[in-house]
Amino acid sequence: MKQQKTAVRVASLAVASGLAVALAGCSGSGGGSGDEGLTMLIGSSGDAETQAVQSAVDAWSEESGVDVEVVAASDLTQQLGQGFSGNNPPDIFYMSWDQFQTYASNQYLEPYASDLANSGDFLPTLTETFTFEDEFYCAPKDFSTLGLVINTDLWAAAGLTDADIPTDWASLQNAAQRLTDSGVTGLSFGAEYARIGLFMNQAGGSIVSEDGTEVTADSPENVEGLEYVQGLLEAGVLQFPADLGAGWAGEAFGTGTAGMVIEGPWINGALEADYPDVNYQVVELPAGPGGQSTYSFSNCWGIPAGSENLEDTTGLVEFLTSDEQQLAFADAFGVIPSTEAASQEYATTYPENQAFVAGAEYAESPVAFAGAADVIADFNASLESLDSADPQALLSDLQSNLEAALEESRG
Amino acid sequence: MAKRSGIRRNEAVSGWLFTLPSIVIIGVFLALPILLALWVSFTNWNGLGSPIGGRAQFVGAENYADVLTEDGLAREDFGTSLRNNIYYVLLVVPLQTALALFLAVQVNRRVLKGRGFFRTAFYFPSVTSSIAITVVFLFLFSASGAVNQLLSVLSIDGPNWFNDPSGVIHNLLGAVGVTSAPAFLAGEGPLGLTWWSWLSGPSVAMVTLIVLAIFTTSGTFMLLFLAALQNIGEEIDEAAEIDGAGVFRKFFSVTLPMLKPTLFTVLTLGLIGTWQVFDQIYLTGAGAPGKTLLTPAFLAYDTSFEDLRWGRGAAIAFILFAIIVALTLLQRWILRDRDTEKRRDRRRINPSDDQRQNEAALAQGTIRLEAGAGRRD
Repeated sequence: MKQQKTAVRVASLAVASGLAVALAGCSGSGGGSGDEGLTMLIGSSGDAETQAVQSAVDAWSEESGVDVEVVAASDLTQQLGQGFSGNNPPDIFYMSWDQFQTYASNQYLEPYASDLANSGDFLPTLTETFTFEDEFYCAPKDFSTLGLVINTDLWAAAGLTDADIPTDWASLQNAAQRLTDSGVTGLSFGAEYARIGLFMNQAGGSIVSEDGTEVTADSPENVEGLEYVQGLLEAGVLQFPADLGAGWAGEAFGTGTAGMVIEGPWINGALEADYPDVNYQVVELPAGPGGQSTYSFSNCWGIPAGSENLEDTTGLVEFLTSDEQQLAFADAFGVIPSTEAASQEYATTYPENQAFVAGAEYAESPVAFAGAADVIADFNASLESLDSADPQALLSDLQSNLEAALEESRG
Repeated sequence: MAKRSGIRRNEAVSGWLFTLPSIVIIGVFLALPILLALWVSFTNWNGLGSPIGGRAQFVGAENYADVLTEDGLAREDFGTSLRNNIYYVLLVVPLQTALALFLAVQVNRRVLKGRGFFRTAFYFPSVTSSIAITVVFLFLFSASGAVNQLLSVLSIDGPNWFNDPSGVIHNLLGAVGVTSAPAFLAGEGPLGLTWWSWLSGPSVAMVTLIVLAIFTTSGTFMLLFLAALQNIGEEIDEAAEIDGAGVFRKFFSVTLPMLKPTLFTVLTLGLIGTWQVFDQIYLTGAGAPGKTLLTPAFLAYDTSFEDLRWGRGAAIAFILFAIIVALTLLQRWILRDRDTEKRRDRRRINPSDDQRQNEAALAQGTIRLEAGAGRRD
């Protein structure tokens, strides 16, 4: 009897201590990595980018004596969300333009950028992208714009010369027409707002008024832009990549099924890796009736709000956004530096990418206020069947949905 | 007596002690998170800090109202995702169950040579990771992929499978000249979608995912059916054969009723699995083409992680949970054992029925005997 009791006591003791260990494991400190150094989460485009960031960070660590662990995310948004909701966000991370306002409006981010030593050096369009409620939140790390990428072999084969390079809508349609042949479609770009919206802007339209207070999606200019794209589709000189059996426009361009595409500087790396034999040149996008327009896409170096390591991380950001370091990144994985001086130097070093840099002057960031992503996704879905749709109806839907989202985001 | 109750008490303590680890593990990793998620679905938590206290505020049923009653994009998206998933479930569950059963019966036949090979072959897709097999399907069904190449040999111009947002029922109606909503379907149906879009059918892209699901999961369920089939003794088969039952009669009147418990398991597992489809959606591009691959499970994820509306995401997840529970109960009610209930009732109400049944059995026996005699002739 006594023996049995002891056995029970021993067993309960064992269970209890096991539990205590398990629970202690759960309650481990949740406040970042503290003294152990910094964690950096990046959404890397590949090995080249990861290694370049790693070696830049190593150089800074040597200088400052602070260790940094670089983690390449497989799904950046998901991993960031998990980090923040677990109260353990990375100390510094890539913040993309499309998620920036959602994060800023939810008070995820530390508005540190205006205190940087080089805060005045960035291109104005990028500073604007990462400004929320008049506060410049985070330093843009690089940027891309969209340009018109032309397959020069197909161009010459169609009897086109430099004089035919499109400068307006009519010459774009003309060139696309002449490039279109059996197995080749003159022009291709993704069926999405981030491409088709260009034509709405070039027609003089916009989706949201300049001060961001009013939705102007169903304006006659926007209808004109959509109708122009629809006309290209109907003429058979424009096809979306999906219809050409490609995952994106760059693939259609590489396989030679598209003579011209609208893409950003990332196409350089993709073509070099997968289709090294394609000869091409990049020119600025043609102007519409409302003038020139292109989109700029950018990432910034995000720092979580209330970070304990703010002093270290802002030092790291200053180092990473310095002109020399950005030019080193440009060299390693082909991004365009985010400062005025460095981007100019980039344009002279890489004249073939000059058109992308030139676009920065009139580039706009696509609409991305908090809650807009769902509306844009819905608009993108409807653009897939633009060939058979009524542009006015599409834009009316966009208008009402965007109005609701804007109202909600402004509380 | 007093001594015995003392022993009993010790037993109770030991009992609790032995179950304690599982109770704690289930509590900490299952019950608590579910309760926390339920709480989140009633707050405006944005994923920052703790959902209890902190900046998260209780907002009542607002998150549920956003996706169920309030006019707007959120409700329309939820409606679209429900529509897509309903078609997915309606096609996948019956087809995969039927195919699994068919395969199980085939590989259970004694006369089949190389049964081991076929069993492995049919089970193989289930072992493969769903991500890997989805990628293979993406290649097979691309615009210039193997499937379309094969179709072009038969001079059929295959669709651009994964990029075709058109609904199958819409396409069929289009073939007979109905290309836009007739007046009686143009009105608004539930959840902000018109009746016409509710009736679109699965998109061509969704059909590919349906084929994929049937292909990968029927192997698993084949295994369940196979185990059940092997529990049916040979003597029952033989008895049915002696009674003169043909292959089909034997299957539908003897084998299938004996498989009922397994059928229930397979249907339930299938129902739960199909309502939670996520991997394939994540990989094929977040609901593209034209939102026809959007499902509630993916929408919950997207709402939480991309929009940082964790409350609404949790609400969607709980609505999905309610749907699954409701459908499982419904299915349980449909598959309940009706025969025994009826017989019991009848016996209670009308004892003479027993006699009538006996007479019927006798008559059947006579017919069988005659049939047997006839065959011998």
